[in-house]
Amino acid sequence: MLEITPTNARQWSRLGSRAMYGQAILSLAETKSNLMVLSADLGNSSGLDRFRNAYQDKFMNVGIAEQNMIGVASGLAKEGFVVFASSFAPFVSMRASEQIRMNLGYMNLNVKAVAIGSGITMAYLGNSHYGLEDAAIMRSIPNMTVVCPADCAEIIKTVYAAADYDGPMYIRLTGGVNNPAVYKEDYSFEIGKAVTLREGSDVTIIANGTMVSESLTAANLLQENGISAAVINMHTLKPLDLTAIDKACSTSRLIVTVEEHSITGGLGSAVAEYKSTKDRAPRQVLIGLPDEFLKAGEYRFMLNKYGLTGELIARKITEEI
Amino acid sequence: MDIEKISGMARRMRKRILDVSCSCNASAHLGGGLSMVEITATLYGAVLKYDPKNPAWEERDRFILSKGHGVLGFYSALLEAGIISEEVFTTFQSNESDLIAHPVMNIPLGIESSNGSLGQGLSMGVGLAVAAKKKGMKHRIFVLLGNGECNEGSVWEAAMSASHYNLDNLTAIIDNNCYQSDGKSESVMNCGGFEDKWKSFGWNVVSVDGHSIPELYDAFTGHNEAGKPKAVIAHTVKGKGVSFMENNNEWHHNRLTKTQYDQAILEMGEV
Repeated sequence: MLEITPTNARQWSRLGSRAMYGQAILSLAETKSNLMVLSADLGNSSGLDRFRNAYQDKFMNVGIAEQNMIGVASGLAKEGFVVFASSFAPFVSMRASEQIRMNLGYMNLNVKAVAIGSGITMAYLGNSHYGLEDAAIMRSIPNMTVVCPADCAEIIKTVYAAADYDGPMYIRLTGGVNNPAVYKEDYSFEIGKAVTLREGSDVTIIANGTMVSESLTAANLLQENGISAAVINMHTLKPLDLTAIDKACSTSRLIVTVEEHSITGGLGSAVAEYKSTKDRAPRQVLIGLPDEFLKAGEYRFMLNKYGLTGELIARKITEEI
Repeated sequence: MDIEKISGMARRMRKRILDVSCSCNASAHLGGGLSMVEITATLYGAVLKYDPKNPAWEERDRFILSKGHGVLGFYSALLEAGIISEEVFTTFQSNESDLIAHPVMNIPLGIESSNGSLGQGLSMGVGLAVAAKKKGMKHRIFVLLGNGECNEGSVWEAAMSASHYNLDNLTAIIDNNCYQSDGKSESVMNCGGFEDKWKSFGWNVVSVDGHSIPELYDAFTGHNEAGKPKAVIAHTVKGKGVSFMENNNEWHHNRLTKTQYDQAILEMGEV
């Protein structure tokens, strides 16, 4: 397994999440003999070129046909293969949505559907390529597990955990190259178990994907202004770690959810759904993308415009608390 | 192949289909269930390898009912094959039954996959066929599609990939009864000329009378071409075997009254 060290974390951060997915798969293949990896003609874009060259018999490019990709993946999974099938977020989660519902959901087949470049990572490629609603759709399908790793190290952890987990999963990769590192040394990762990265007594920020790193930055800035913020990496959107939310509700005056996803149906909604069933839960601020199609731009420009940087998250929390 | 045995199976299946459609007291997909009876009778009577005592037998041939609404022609074959019991069969369309209007994956009952959303079964069949080749296993994969189902673009994605991967262990059967939910296919969405279409997608195509057991048997067991998946275009009659249902699309999904049932049984004679 790839070792999480400060040096590696720096290097992976430069490579970015897509290339990291390919590296994680390449590493996984050394130990997973029944692995199959499918792509809908975006193998290179998914960082799978090295894997494809090294393991030609375990790789299938099914062409630009995501619906068929999920069906084929499911047939392979039914016969005992551990299958990862990837494309860009909307093409996996929406073009093949009903195939995922029937095969991964209804039949509970062991396929890991991997969304490359979700959120607004695709920048100038625009809404056709953004993953604005994918987590909302995927988490509403029964039997699905949905994971959105915080950084490149966690992509490795997720890929390994997914391969050992017998069930369908949607892995949502956010962030491009120069994806900030959250983890620089090994840590314990478990599907469905949130990681508290920082304790705090005033506010708890619950984030996933790229927003974990931004939230840590926000927490540092808040501390300078005398606001104590906890940060939770809720890498698993489904099943949600309710214990972590219980704890946040009992220790904080304000809960803030931050996600590179529409505020409709994603992490913020999931937390709110649970929190609304509790007595005297603190108020929640939902930070994420608006429920609209966006004017496209460069990635950092977009994060900045929609308030998804550490500085803007801190500012919003200061206003709200 | 014992033709008498299989035609006996087919006759009993039709009778069972009417029995259970009447007794469930609800609408059922009769037309497309009846059109496929000889196809499933031939498969389960003479072609597929399976062990009724061990439906999960790893070397079994896999059968996927991609036209999921055709369950009446499927469950009745499973009953004849001794995979499901009379007791299970008669739960058809009762509350929380394992046998509802579309297949729900249940290996102990011989149901390989959940279907009902058209256009998905062949993709799974491609995956099963690739898996069999990777594992060096000799079993075959059969996927039954409807002609209306072939309106779905995903069917053609799957068709394209099956020939690309040289899946000569995969057979698609098109139950071409020429109708779909809203009427005659040539007027709803003309998707005909299946022989040419499947051939152009790189398939080995065999065209048969879908009610002729010898022709079906010959198509399923012969005409193999190394490196090519096989498409059997079975020309059938929707509602086959019941005069007032044949080519009458009111019976696509309809409720069979006791009077209609009696008439149909009378026509059928002794089974």
